[in-house]
Order: sequence, then C-alpha cells, then structure tokens
Amino acid sequence: MNDQQPQVASGSRADAVIKTTSPAYNRKRTEGDNTLVELPWIGKINLRGNPEDSRFVEKIKSVIEVELPLESNTQHHNNSVTVYWLGPDEWLIHCKIDRVQELMAELGSQLSSIHHAVTDVSDYYTVLQIQGPNATTLLRKGCPLDLHPEVFKSSHCSQTRFGHASILLHKLDSSTFNIQIRWSYTEYLWDYLVTALDAVDR
Amino acid sequence: MLIIECPWCGKRDQTEFSCHGEAHIARPLNTEELSEEEWGDYVFFRKNPKGLHYERWVHAHGCRRWFNVARNTLSDHIHGSYKPGETPPTIDTQEVSQ
Repeated sequence: MNDQQPQVASGSRADAVIKTTSPAYNRKRTEGDNTLVELPWIGKINLRGNPEDSRFVEKIKSVIEVELPLESNTQHHNNSVTVYWLGPDEWLIHCKIDRVQELMAELGSQLSSIHHAVTDVSDYYTVLQIQGPNATTLLRKGCPLDLHPEVFKSSHCSQTRFGHASILLHKLDSSTFNIQIRWSYTEYLWDYLVTALDAVDR
Repeated sequence: MLIIECPWCGKRDQTEFSCHGEAHIARPLNTEELSEEEWGDYVFFRKNPKGLHYERWVHAHGCRRWFNVARNTLSDHIHGSYKPGETPPTIDTQEVSQ
C-alpha cells in the first residue's frame, strides 16, 4: 500500500529523510459501493482578518472571486476555489496547488494596509474523500456531529472530530464527504475508516 | 453526554470542547504590591461550588474560540453560554437548587 517516494528535503542533513508526501498518498480503498480515497494534493491557505472591515471582505472577493462566508459552518466556492468558514475571524481557502504562490502574493499585496494574516498550510493537512451509500454511517462511527440529512445538509461544512482527531468535514452531496485532517493523523483516520468500512460491508 | 452551545458554531457534543476552570478571574493590576498570599490566591485558588459555576470553555475541535458557560456542577445542567467580554446571564438560583 505504501508506494510513496520519500524525498530528501533540500538543505537538510543527508541522513535526515523527511517525507514530503502524506501517509495516505495515492491510496484508494473500495468495499462494496463505498470508496475511500485521498484526493490529489490541494493548496490550502489560512486567512485571518476582521469581517466587520468592509475593505477586508471586498479585497478578498476581488482576489479569489468568491464571497467570504460570514455564517458559521458554511462554505462558498467557484470552479477553482473553495472558502470555508473556520471561525468568526478565520477562513480556509482551498485551491489548486500550483495557484498557492500566486494567491498568497496577491492576497499579501491587496491586504498590505489592512489587519490580516495569510498562511500557507498546504502541507499541514490532507483531504480524504469518502463516497458511497454508507458514507454517513461510516462517519457516525467516530464523529459526534448530528449528521442527519435534515440537519447537516449538502454543501454544509463543519469543524468537528473523528475519534481523537480534529477534522474539517464538508458534505458535497448526500453520499460524498471530504474530510480534511492533519497529515500526522492521516494513518489513524485511514485505519479507523477502513475498519469501519469492513464492518459496514459485512 | 452534554450538549454545549458554542456562541459561534451552535450546539455541539461535549467531546468537542475542553473546560479550563473558573471564569472571570481578573489579573491584579498592582502585581508588584501583592503579598505572597494574595499572589497565591490569584494563581492557585479557585471556587469549588456545589451548584452554579461560571466556567471558561474552548471549542477545541471546532472553531477553537474561548467562551464562558454557566453550568450547575451538581446536575451538569448548562444554563447558557456567552462570548468573552459579555455580561454573565442572570440565573434564577431557585432553578439552580432544583
């Protein structure tokens, strides 16, 4: 299963091998109609600022061409960018990995006179996708959130936990969820979900 | 299992939060004038009431924001939560004792 290529980070000691790929890199697991897969590397930018400052909100919109979600547990997106609400003054932007540098530079220059923080967290998190008729049941194995379709609807997102790990859960449709998790917890989440998959299939 | 209302995210399971003890403890401004005993009181001593208690909680697995909760330590009933800087809600002590 472990087919990743560990790479030596430049500038590090020759004997210090630092893995620059997520533990679940290229993994895919299918049981019945349910599939668990790690999505290709997504660019992630953490954004902080004051949503009551209209200049801040407008500048963000002008750069990413998506309205900043100001309501809790919501996300806004267009074809290339998704913005998640993380807190009353914190957001997360998902974009293509090759756009991160460009967006970081653009946000930095546009917001230079406004109180803000922009941080590249692309290699801090990875995103797993669980898809299938049992997706909600599988998530209930470790997530305390009310996942009833009338409560947690399609397009909703929420920061919560799965087992002992903090996650950002995004419901794309009734049978598809994206789970963003820290790289170092990926193995844990993967094993947990695979065990749950086996149990559901039985 | 408790359901706690985060002032930003709404009602969530208790396991998403962590509690950090008594709320509304102001740091003394005249620290250089404090006696050892007064400084010790501020740093270490906390109320331990049977009944209504105002506490600091953090939504650790959620928005990671701090807020305050009014909780009955006897029944675990949560009377409400409010943002930092807000005035604590007035709780009917009759209700608390029941």
